[in-house]
Amino acid sequence: MPTVQDIATYAETSARKLGIGKYDLYGASVDETSVQVDKGEPKQVKASQRSSVIVRVWNDQGRLGVTTTTDVDPKGLELALQTAQEASAFGAKEHIPDFSPEATAAIADKDVGLIPPVEVPELLETLVTAEQALLNAHPAIASVPYNGLAQRSLERFYLNSAGARRQENRSYASIYLYSKTEQEGRKPRSAGSIRLHRGLQKLDVQACIKEAQEKTISHLDYRPIPSGQYRVVFSAEAFLSLLDAFSNLFNAQSILDRRSLSTPDSLGTQIASPLLTVYDDALHAENISAETFDGEGTPTRRVAIITAGKLSNFLHSAGTAKRLGAQPTGHASIGAKVSVSPSFYHVVAAESAPEPLSLDTADNVVWIDELQALHAGVNALQGAFSLPFDGWLVNQGKRVSIESATVAGDIRSVLQSILYIEPEPEITPGGVCPRVWVDVLSITGEA
Amino acid sequence: MTVATSPTQLLRTQEIPHLSYTATRDRFDDTWEAPLATLLGLGRAAGADLVEFFLEHNHFISCLAEDDAITSLSPRLVTGAGVRVFRGKGDCYVSTNDLSFTGLKVALEKGLAILGLSLPGPHAHIPEINLELMRDYAAANQKEGWLQRCSSMQEMGDVLLAANGVLARQASHIQARRATYFRDWQEVLVAASDGTFARDIRLTQSVGFNLLCADGDHRSSISQRQGDSSDPNFLRQWDYETTANGIAESAGKMLYADYVESGNYPIIMANQFGGVIFHEACGHLLETTQIERGTTPFIDKKGEKIAHESLTAWDEGRSPQEFGTLDMDDEGMPTQRTLLIENGVLKNFLSDRAGALRTGHPRTGSGRRQNYTYAAASRMRNTYIAPGDYSLEELFASVDKGIYCKKMGGGSVGPTGQFNFAVDEAYLIENGQITKPLKGATLIGEAKEIMQKISMCSQDLGLAPGFCGSISGSIYVTVGQPHLKVDSITVGGR
Repeated sequence: MPTVQDIATYAETSARKLGIGKYDLYGASVDETSVQVDKGEPKQVKASQRSSVIVRVWNDQGRLGVTTTTDVDPKGLELALQTAQEASAFGAKEHIPDFSPEATAAIADKDVGLIPPVEVPELLETLVTAEQALLNAHPAIASVPYNGLAQRSLERFYLNSAGARRQENRSYASIYLYSKTEQEGRKPRSAGSIRLHRGLQKLDVQACIKEAQEKTISHLDYRPIPSGQYRVVFSAEAFLSLLDAFSNLFNAQSILDRRSLSTPDSLGTQIASPLLTVYDDALHAENISAETFDGEGTPTRRVAIITAGKLSNFLHSAGTAKRLGAQPTGHASIGAKVSVSPSFYHVVAAESAPEPLSLDTADNVVWIDELQALHAGVNALQGAFSLPFDGWLVNQGKRVSIESATVAGDIRSVLQSILYIEPEPEITPGGVCPRVWVDVLSITGEA
Repeated sequence: MTVATSPTQLLRTQEIPHLSYTATRDRFDDTWEAPLATLLGLGRAAGADLVEFFLEHNHFISCLAEDDAITSLSPRLVTGAGVRVFRGKGDCYVSTNDLSFTGLKVALEKGLAILGLSLPGPHAHIPEINLELMRDYAAANQKEGWLQRCSSMQEMGDVLLAANGVLARQASHIQARRATYFRDWQEVLVAASDGTFARDIRLTQSVGFNLLCADGDHRSSISQRQGDSSDPNFLRQWDYETTANGIAESAGKMLYADYVESGNYPIIMANQFGGVIFHEACGHLLETTQIERGTTPFIDKKGEKIAHESLTAWDEGRSPQEFGTLDMDDEGMPTQRTLLIENGVLKNFLSDRAGALRTGHPRTGSGRRQNYTYAAASRMRNTYIAPGDYSLEELFASVDKGIYCKKMGGGSVGPTGQFNFAVDEAYLIENGQITKPLKGATLIGEAKEIMQKISMCSQDLGLAPGFCGSISGSIYVTVGQPHLKVDSITVGGR
């Protein structure tokens, strides 16, 4: 891929030629390799080097057109600018996105610790070893049908015709292991684990193996659960996935589109138990995927979303911030219509609960480890969810795996009925969060 | 692409750097034969068992109307290629945006290196790869002018705004209304060292509404989408009056609906998008990718009864205009009609090239991928349950207390065959009659069990467009079925 300076030069030259006075570009180049294995043998290796750029052009009437292209040489960029210019004639007439007022502000000086990629044989050997370790862990673990080890180098940039220039490089490695059991007369069960770090050398493969192994074995002795109302404990991953599914609660663009459970007047209202405080923190030390600027070039930052149960801030793009009289928060993705999305959650207990709760002493509590099929079972516009899950029924610290069951409820009720937030945080790829106790939810198992 | 010389059949590797292939950026035609044949030969000379190139141009545009304004018009121009190298039963896939000869050669070399292969020395002969005479489905089926005949940006905006205006008049308690359209024009070229050389143009379009209604704490949201795979006039012919009327009525009924009470019920599933149950609960489990992983309970059941005898099911890519229709798959194989289940007996699996290699099940023209960044995998096309002999009245009359699932949402199937999907519009059935609307239902079950419980199929087969996400990305598919009865299924609710 050409350098950012090359692209800036191409864009400037083409824009001048096309009579375009105002434009910006956001782009990324990715170089990645991933491997899968099957019973000790390589199954598929994938490698990719790809790039894409999105250009925005403002025409003489101030209307905006965009085009995305994978062709980032001078000719490709010129075609993209030309197409965007053509599209601008049909661009929105109201609430047109503009450059972020913070596109040239200082960004965080974050040590990203780039780690160079390793060769494919090392990736394969690492994954084959991990697969074998899982297969050896228990006679019932018959296969690891879903597995993968990937490494990725990423270069991203933002520039605009007013002089903004941003660029950063990142490296990542990830592993996932999802094992499946087979036992005579019993249904197959499965469970998995994922880990992420900046490179293979720092990836905690052993922890991934251990977690996948423990979870898989824990689901062998499964039993159906009678349908009913249960006290529920969400794992970090489960709670964060639910919170994220309903992120329209604090997404300023969704609110302005009237496709949210909140309104502009919701700021300051009590939307959750006073126990709950939630930040979105792209720069959190545990966020391996930390980015220092968003798609509009706005610096990212830590934003309090819910403070002691009160909705304290929305996540903004430059455009939503302007409309709602706020500051951009570094959550924008560039586009004809700029979208807003969270980066990395940090959930903490706002205050001590009257009495700590513990799975070691609680009775008849459903511990939800992982929610499934969120794309199908969440109605974000209504607040409702009905989701299959992996988890256990816990009595006095003893956990028994639950055969297929669903949990259903309303996110607003869930947030209000949080009973306890444990002190010990868990680190997940999507954020940092302790286990969260919720008073009562409907579980459907055996009718 | 213009070629300086006709392909040299006994090229030496040392001559390759001096070849002057000059790529055109705009079209895949038979001038690509020479450079691709050279590269394929190079891959074979390095020791690969089979090499395949997939080249793609893509012109995509989406348009969004919210209330009475166009708020997004987003073109996307994509050029890319992927090379897949097979050696034994292993393979690797390398993708790139660089379609120059050098760029493709770099991708090939990378793929070879991953499999422990390297290009032969400077004096080696490159074996001749005799590509077939290009099978050009685009030219044969008059697709060349499709892109130019599609709606302009202006027309997209005009139609969507008019449609949203109609919806505003039809619905009540509107909180937000959206009309969406996209057009996905894709030109592909496939060349493989087994001689495959084929080109196609695909035109996939979709248009629909999303309506959110609210009255105090009562909310309902209904979406409706239509799709097409071959008609440049598709958007112009969209009957948005009828569609708007339908979703306005549905949203109105669901606005004050009670939440469903969880439990086991007999259900009647509507035709068209009700077919998602078969797509998730069975279709995915008949893909050879699932056999390779050992994640399908049907792995050794070919020729055996896996479903109720009332059930016959197809997967095919031939129905004119359906969303999952293709002239050829993404490995250059003509698509076909594949009988999956006949009267409850498993007849065939869906297989791509790698699936055939690793499982022995013959290719079915089912190798599909979202784009050049993915290797093809066995995927569904238009998948549906065949109509049966019952009338709709007979289905309803057989249910004392159950649920009518009129409109399905999305769903998924897990690695153990466990599936789930949401119901967007449901009604209680009491004594064979619909009595009240219900919301919040999710259907869950095991594929093996549910297939035995589909006991009655009516005569009214209906198809609907959908999107299927899996190992090779998100692809366009059709789901479908007649109205059918499932004797018992677990319904998750409040």
